[in-house]
Order: sequence, then C-alpha cells, then structure tokens
Amino acid sequence: MSYQEFRDIFYNGVWKQNTGIVQLLGMCPILAVSTSVVNGVSLGLATTIVMALSGASVALIRQLVPNEARIPVFILIIAVLVTAIQYLMNAYLYSLYVVLGIFIPLIVTNCIVLARVEAFAAKNPASQSAFDGMAMGLGLTAVLAVLGGLREIMGHGTLLSGIDLALGPSAKSLVITVLPDYHGFLLAILPPGAFITLGCLIAGKNWLNQRTESRQARIEPVISAA
Amino acid sequence: MRRTMAKAALMTALNLSAFALFGTALLAFIYNQTHERIEKSVEAEKLRLISQILPHSLYDNDIIKDTLEILPDPLLGNEGKTTAYRARLDGKPSVVVLEAVAPDGYSGKIFMLIAIRENGELAGVRVVSHKETPGLGDYIDIAKSDWIRGFDGKSTAQYNDQDWKVKKDGGKFDYMAGATITPRAVVKAVHKALQYFALHRDALFAGGIR
Repeated sequence: MSYQEFRDIFYNGVWKQNTGIVQLLGMCPILAVSTSVVNGVSLGLATTIVMALSGASVALIRQLVPNEARIPVFILIIAVLVTAIQYLMNAYLYSLYVVLGIFIPLIVTNCIVLARVEAFAAKNPASQSAFDGMAMGLGLTAVLAVLGGLREIMGHGTLLSGIDLALGPSAKSLVITVLPDYHGFLLAILPPGAFITLGCLIAGKNWLNQRTESRQARIEPVISAA
Repeated sequence: MRRTMAKAALMTALNLSAFALFGTALLAFIYNQTHERIEKSVEAEKLRLISQILPHSLYDNDIIKDTLEILPDPLLGNEGKTTAYRARLDGKPSVVVLEAVAPDGYSGKIFMLIAIRENGELAGVRVVSHKETPGLGDYIDIAKSDWIRGFDGKSTAQYNDQDWKVKKDGGKFDYMAGATITPRAVVKAVHKALQYFALHRDALFAGGIR
C-alpha cells in the first residue's frame, strides 16, 4: 500500500468525511459524553481502538461471509470485540477500566463502527481497514475534544477537569480554570447545549469549506488568463 | 430454482451459526480467563471503599472475616446473597456495612455500600458501580464529586420519611439540576437500607466474633 493511499485515508477520516461533523453518525454517544474534554477524549480513544480492530477483523473474514448475512455477522464481530475488550480491561487494566469502563458499552450503540465496517472494511484489505478505522476514530476524537472543551468552558468555566482520573492524582494541577468564580451555565451541560454547539461546529466547517472553494475559484481564472 | 434458493438460504444460516458459535466460544474463553481477576479487583475496590467509610478508630476486629450472609430482601434490593461486614470495638458492635442496590437508576442498577453505626446513624455511603450518564448522573461517585458525603451522620431519627427525598421532591437532599433520577434512586435506596437496619439490628450484630 502506497504512502499516498494512507494519506488519502487519513485525510478522509479526520477531515473530509469526519464522523462527527460531516457524516453525523453516532450522535447518541457524541451528544451524551461530550460534557468535558476528558470524557470526550476518553470515549473517542476507546472508539478508535474498537474501530481499528473491527475494521481489521472484518476485512480478514470478509470473503467467508455470504452477502445476505453480512450485517448480522458484522454486528456480531463488533459486539464480541467490544465485550472482549471490556473483560480484558476490567481484568488487566483496572484503573483505566474504572475511568473508561462506563463508555465501552456506549461504543456498541455507535453506528459509525458498523457504518465504516460496511462501507470500507467489507471491500478492502486488513491493513487499510484498520488504518481507516483509526483515522475515522481520531477524527471523532478531535470533534469530541473540541465539543467537550467548548461545553466545559461554557458550562463549568474549566478545562481538563477530571484528568486526574485518567492520569493519576498528580495530573490534578493540569486542570485549567478559564473563568474564575463562574456560576455555570446549565444549558451547555445538558443535551440541548450539545446540539447547539455541534451545530456551530458544523457551520464552522462548512464556512471553511466554502471559503477554500471560493478562493480556488478566484485563483483559477487568473491562471487560465495567464 | 426453488431448490437452489433453499440451499443458499441454508448455507447462509449455517454460515451465520458458525460465526455465532465461534464468537460465543471466544467470549466464553475470555470470560473464563478473566473472571477470577475481575472478581478480585472488584473485591479489592470494595475493601478500599469500606476503609473510606469506616474510620479505623471505630473498630479493632478483622472486618474481612467478621461477615454475615444477607439473604435477598426488598429493602436492600439485592437479588442474590450479599455480605455484611461487621465492625466491633472492644467486642462491642460499632458499625455494620451493608451492600444495597438501587434498582431505579437512570440507566440500570446502582450498587452501593452503606455503613450504619449501631445507633442507626450513617457512617458513610459509597457507590461501588453504576452506569449513570458520564458528566451528568455520575456525581454520585466519590471520584467525581463529594455529593455522597451528604449522607454522613444522617439517620431516620433525625430525618422523617418526607425528608428522605431530594430537595426537588420536598426532601432534604441536594441534587444537581438535569440529573434528578439518579440521586432520587440513591436516596431511596439508602433510606430503605436504614429501615432494614432498624428491623434487623440485633440479628446483624449477632453471632459473636468469628
């Protein structure tokens, strides 16, 4: 597989076909968990791992599955993977499980995992599929981080609260109080706040896209005239 | 034509069953490999929480060994047998730690440890495991907020039945706006556990030091 191919998959996953703000898949966990940066990034990374692994496993067995039975088989594979990860983390990485454990069952409800498996892994070799899952997951993580950050600042006036749960008590000093003596803004923490903030992010990305397009349109005639 | 279709359907069904069988076998294997370790870590977590709600000045016995089996009871919400840990000071009962389940959390059961002093006062409450919404209902967890400490020192003598509710329902307990179902379930379960204690106080401490 060429470098160019990897780059295209990465660009596609993180920006062009971003799951959070372009494909708009998996809204339920995105809206529920993006109340803070730490929560958002935790769910994002857990989803990234599941997406990379499920992409690779489906790509490996795709020739064995008859077309009519592929969706149930894919769901089965994703469910087995998520449950296996949950058991293994619970047994061997208990402190991480205490932090992430609550998010893991949420991953199964995220239809982006099934969507990518169906749209990409079912037609491509294992390494590309694993990389596609990872890129899509990282794109989702980035959106969750931004969304979580905005909601956390608006809702609580802090950033990175709860990071000590992920990185140990010494990380407590990393919590940033952006707005001191802030009384909190409930709407930002509740699901409607998530919808509004996500809407703003989507608008922002569309604006960026339009700006680049109109710039290219302006540059091109100049080139043709010259 | 009909035969080939039937054959294709059969092949598909066999294929799907093969995957289901393989998936189940894999999960069964992983479960077998991990469940002992998982139980151990849950047990260790439980003891860590017990040590948080039981000040060392309150007991001098080996609470891990001084236990009592508790049969399922609607007041505790437990479906299987649970363990009560008993703390004693100079041979006299001081605190009992009960396991209780709040069945009506926002997303499923909330498992708790409730420590009650011999005089019916709460020594402390901790949530062992729950599935409440991260960032919204999870403030019942001591790792996320101090809300659960609000039970310390409370008793049915101090608060009447009407007080054992969240403030929104006319009671005395705080809650965070946007997540009322979770604290409502916890307050209700703690109140019921205190009623259980009142009914079974003597039996809970009986049996001497084993």
